[in-house]
Amino acid sequence: MLKINHIAKTFNPGLITEKTALVDVQLHLNPGDFTTVIGGNGAGKSTMLNAVAGVFPVDKGTIEIGGENVTNLPEFKRAQYLGRVFQDPMTGTAATMNIEENMALAMRRGQRRGLKWGISNMEREMYREQLRKLDLGLEDRMASKVGLLSGGQRQALTLLMATLRTPKLLLLDEHTAALDPKTAAKVLELSDKIIREQKLTALMITHNMQDAIDYGNRLIMMHEGRVVVDVEGEEKKKLTRADLMGLFEKAAGQQLNSDKLLLS
Amino acid sequence: MQIVKLFNAMPGAVAQGMIWGLLAIGVYITYRILEVSDLTVDGSIATGGAVAAMLIINGWSVWAALLAAFVAGMLAGLVTGLFHTFCGIPAILSGILTQLALYSVNLRIMGNKANVALSVNKYSLLLSSRNARAIGLQNPIVILVLFVAALILLLYWFFGTELGCSLRATGANRNMARAQGINTNTNTVLGLMISNGIVALAGALLAQYQGFSDVGMGRGAIVIGLAAVIIGEVVLGKVFRNFGLKLLAVVIGAILYYLVIQVVLWLGLNTNDLKLLTALVVAMFLATPYWRAKYFSKKKGGV
Repeated sequence: MLKINHIAKTFNPGLITEKTALVDVQLHLNPGDFTTVIGGNGAGKSTMLNAVAGVFPVDKGTIEIGGENVTNLPEFKRAQYLGRVFQDPMTGTAATMNIEENMALAMRRGQRRGLKWGISNMEREMYREQLRKLDLGLEDRMASKVGLLSGGQRQALTLLMATLRTPKLLLLDEHTAALDPKTAAKVLELSDKIIREQKLTALMITHNMQDAIDYGNRLIMMHEGRVVVDVEGEEKKKLTRADLMGLFEKAAGQQLNSDKLLLS
Repeated sequence: MQIVKLFNAMPGAVAQGMIWGLLAIGVYITYRILEVSDLTVDGSIATGGAVAAMLIINGWSVWAALLAAFVAGMLAGLVTGLFHTFCGIPAILSGILTQLALYSVNLRIMGNKANVALSVNKYSLLLSSRNARAIGLQNPIVILVLFVAALILLLYWFFGTELGCSLRATGANRNMARAQGINTNTNTVLGLMISNGIVALAGALLAQYQGFSDVGMGRGAIVIGLAAVIIGEVVLGKVFRNFGLKLLAVVIGAILYYLVIQVVLWLGLNTNDLKLLTALVVAMFLATPYWRAKYFSKKKGGV
């Protein structure tokens, strides 16, 4: 479903702020793969996700989504294949627009936007149904501005919006990191449920090793702009944190710095 | 200081306020909806006046002239939009560049003259300041009410459409908009075009109202537009929540602005000091939210 072929990215080349974020990333996801991504700060996790989303062009390599080469497509055109949830709850929604308007925007991802009315009554009912499933009481607040919602509510809404139109690939960029532990767990459960129900292919970055082990059928670890560990299926099910650290040490060839990985 | 003089000036102030209210709606679209500060306005209002004046003098109907002014304004917005999106120039600078360029363009349009007379005696105009105190349909306020109502209805419809919603999303959160497949660059250009089209339309009406088009008639227009937006929000922001009413608040803001101007002039302020006063008032209103947050917020624990 996703084919990342040897992509590389250096920011600010030739400047004092030059930073090589991706050295050589190679990753193929099969349809239905729910892959968790871990790695220290600066390992290139978010950069990889943003490269897939088309936030910036890559220096080398190609990216294919569902068999189509999207390497040269701008961000807004790739959006038709992607559902995205960001680390910052503010990023995924338009705060000054209300809940149903936000959902209507998401419903038209990848569609032509013409002079038809922006939201129909039929849609409204559908959104109400979808919101009810979140069990956050948002179905009764559809005309409220999203800016009034809590971070957790906004992330849940963003998640719903990202999957309203079934994406070929769901990108979750540490989408629970800014939430309190209880809310984070809830949003994570919800993500898992949606991914299972809709049989989505998903990439989820997390700083939480246990979550990376508990969720998904595949786990990759990044280090210094490369994918250094890739386990899936039965092997992943049996994985423990100790195993992970062992794998990392072997792959990275150095003592694991637990600060870097922010274990929890 | 005769109070009669003040009362006599009021209808004119209302009419002028409504014309500038149209301009302020244009400013609202960029400043509030698109979250872009567009300084093209100072040039595009004069462009609208110049285009309309020249066309009317050359025998075009007022309506065709208004339409042409609208299109000319949209072109000005297009240039600013392309400077900003295609050339990567910051929005404020893009607007300043277009505004500067328009000064030459406007002179060209008016046949290299800084001022073109457009007398209501010689041409059949839609409105004139001469009728500001007339009772009846020839009063400029009548036609201006129609213009304001039509424009608000049209914009209310447009910003409710799929395209209009995507434009609002672009202003609200560009990252989110792109993630939802919205071309934020195209939308920014489109917003600037619509805004400057409306501004030029206001210019075309203003030229008719005052009986001439002047190359300098847009100086400080953006500040008056901002003043109208801010006054409208301060006075009616709490009451008017609906989008259409918010646009109406902007027009009312412009009318209030001109009424206040009439009062301070009546009180003896020198006309030459008006722009200084306007700038100070707008600066104060713009600073208010910052001050409120910085000095008057109730701090809850810690800093």
